Amino acid sequence: MKRGVLLLLPVGVAFAQQSALDPAGPYAHRIELLGAFFLGLLGLIFLVVIILALLSLTRRHRGIDQEPLEQNHRPSESTERRLTRTVGIAAAVTVLILLGLVVISVSAGKATSTPGNPDPANALVIEITGTQWWWQVRYPNEDASRIVVDANELHIPVGRPVLIRGTSNDVIHSFWVPNLQGKRDLIPSHVTTDWMQADHAGRFRGQCAEFCGLQHAHMALWVIAEPPDKFETWRAHQLQPASAPADPVRQRGQQVFLDGACALCHAIQGTAAAGQVGPDLTHFGRRSTIAAGTLPNNKGNLAGWIADPQNIKPGTRMATVPVKAEEMQPLLEYLEGLQ
Amino acid sequence: MRILATGCCLLALSACQRERRDMRPSPTSVAVFADASRQSDLQPGGPQTQPHVANPYEGSAYAIAEGKRLFGWYNCSGCHANGGGGIGPPLIKGQWIYGGEPANLFDTIVKGRPNGMPSWGGRIPEYQVWQLVTFIRSLNNEEPKSATPVRSDSIEQDPGTLLPKPGGTTK
Repeated sequence: MKRGVLLLLPVGVAFAQQSALDPAGPYAHRIELLGAFFLGLLGLIFLVVIILALLSLTRRHRGIDQEPLEQNHRPSESTERRLTRTVGIAAAVTVLILLGLVVISVSAGKATSTPGNPDPANALVIEITGTQWWWQVRYPNEDASRIVVDANELHIPVGRPVLIRGTSNDVIHSFWVPNLQGKRDLIPSHVTTDWMQADHAGRFRGQCAEFCGLQHAHMALWVIAEPPDKFETWRAHQLQPASAPADPVRQRGQQVFLDGACALCHAIQGTAAAGQVGPDLTHFGRRSTIAAGTLPNNKGNLAGWIADPQNIKPGTRMATVPVKAEEMQPLLEYLEGLQ
Repeated sequence: MRILATGCCLLALSACQRERRDMRPSPTSVAVFADASRQSDLQPGGPQTQPHVANPYEGSAYAIAEGKRLFGWYNCSGCHANGGGGIGPPLIKGQWIYGGEPANLFDTIVKGRPNGMPSWGGRIPEYQVWQLVTFIRSLNNEEPKSATPVRSDSIEQDPGTLLPKPGGTTK
């Protein structure tokens, strides 16, 4: 079935990193099965309807040279009964099929989003907050010193169910990593949940799936599924504060960051920068993209983003900050060195 | 009739102004208006002519909305609440200690004031200071009525929709 669907939509292969047709875990697989079942059943009904329509063309009918029926013409009683029965049965079958589809669709949605579904003790909880136009990622922990905060990148261990607890800071967003789960809307002042799991290591792209303003199209994130030991190493590293810059150029860069506008919105653990409204930059240099999946993370792109963010994402909340030419290079060195 | 139609078209054009967005603000460095915060009327060598400093975002609904967002982002509300005042003085008032004209407000934000108002110069880009100024002016109905919003951009709960608790009180 899967192969058949892929043949129908070869586009799905080209975007295997972001495709609902290439599920990488049980929850995405359930959604894919549901889609395949809908496609199969509705395709069959479509075929039946078309065949019946074609058959009706071949039926014996009154020739055009005959007189039209009288206005008060009534079909015979047996014809009337036959018509009532046929239409009644067709209507009943339609209603039953639609009800059946509602049941399997709702049950699939419940099975992939109800918090108590798999063993909650084994599950990893990740909090996602959609914000115009980036994702805040938080790994909650009872021990406050073990909370990891990141942005636009999600690391998950392979083979372990992950419970997404999502909300929004402003408007309705929708969290969607097609290879791993179905869509889940993120609603302001409300928490929605969804399960996802990756059965093999890989990088999967996700995207906001609910129009949320000017830069909706540039609101992406990457999910990095890695073996559990690698994930724990990553988490342990994320818990460390940013290392103090050793060389004078990066020290100058840190000074530019802390003395200017950057520190008002961004936080870097281990420094005085504690802004909460922009993405946390403590381990910025380890991210693969900047501006929520818009550009690869390198010095050239970062310079363009800092100098003129409105050029890259018109409407972005990132402020156009005056950075002097001689301050830019140290700032880039400092930020890219935040490993 | 023709004059009336032309007039209507011109009026419609003028309404675009309130929604005009400065999408590519200039990241100019901060200018501090020394003469806007003059503490003494006496001046050596006779009075200087006062330069007129205009708010570039006067009458812009977009700047008011942005200013409101920044008012929360930069924690102005931490001291001034939503304009009603708290640790800091209220911002909805008729009498300003350091002047209520746009240039005075700009000056107050950039330079800071004694007894607690921090100096935001070099922290908040100049265009955002002007957006904050526009928002504060709108709180006092000193922005054109066409630009001043009648309701908040953010979600609000209507108190009438709060469900009563079993005990009978609303949470």
